[in-house]
Amino acid sequence: MTRFLALIALLMAIPVAAQNALPASPYAHQQLEDPVQEEKARSLMEELRCLKCQSQSIADSDAPMAGDMRSQVRERIAAGATPEEVRSWLIERYGDWVTYNPPVNAVTGPLWIAPIVLLIVATWLARGLFRRRKRDQKDVS
Amino acid sequence: MNRWLLWVPLVLFGIFFAVVAAGLIRPKDNIIESKMIGKPIPEFALPAAIEQRPALSRADLATGKPQLLNIFASWCVPCIAEAPQLLELERAGVQINGIASRDTPADIANFLNRWGNPYVRIGTDVRSIVQLELGSSGVPETFVIDGNGVIVHQHVGDIRKDDVPKLLKILEEAR
Repeated sequence: MTRFLALIALLMAIPVAAQNALPASPYAHQQLEDPVQEEKARSLMEELRCLKCQSQSIADSDAPMAGDMRSQVRERIAAGATPEEVRSWLIERYGDWVTYNPPVNAVTGPLWIAPIVLLIVATWLARGLFRRRKRDQKDVS
Repeated sequence: MNRWLLWVPLVLFGIFFAVVAAGLIRPKDNIIESKMIGKPIPEFALPAAIEQRPALSRADLATGKPQLLNIFASWCVPCIAEAPQLLELERAGVQINGIASRDTPADIANFLNRWGNPYVRIGTDVRSIVQLELGSSGVPETFVIDGNGVIVHQHVGDIRKDDVPKLLKILEEAR
């Protein structure tokens, strides 16, 4: 039974495997020759979202399309583009969705502002509390 | 301290609970819409995927007449499901251009022999370059392009029976 199921699973996997019938893009699995450029490309790839497997970065993903994206990122950076130029090239096509480092705008604004507001409120509350405690201590002594 | 302040934590928890519950109940939406809708098709030129059909470039998509651009692959199961609908659109007189994603000529020819060939032109995109240019995130996807080569609509996923009249209407409006 297990073998039969394994066979079925294997047969089902054939169409999926077929997208790998082609060789990967030149820089999908190969680093750039220049270590400085490779470092730039690598840190950008970790912040770009894979389109097929939506919870992974393209640096983590084994999807063929993520490989194609990695190659595009490396080739563009090798050609002299800055990481931010490559990022905005993708945002232009897929929206902010594609980057794990979203820009500040009306929608993402609260996410950035909320921690600061909370910190201010917490400081204010703590101050009140400490003052009261000091006063209490004075009363006791 | 005011009495009503006591209720603030509960209210905050209620809001938090509602947000989480809404996120759990709402069906998962994985569709990433292209931001290229309303913009002209980017410059590209793809070689022919099979011998029987010519290659595809940007110039072929701005001919004064609305057209469809369908991204497909022989390894894609939903592409088989939408094949009859593409043939139906072809019979309705729609010009359909194909982009074969990450595919080999032999596999493409095999796929088209089996499920029908509705395409006037087929370009082969072995490295997903044009797909990335279009803001497409998978196969199958279909773009409606107006006569000036501007993308007016994107259909993500396979074209079902009831999508055909919708697409015909959008093509008509793009005229």
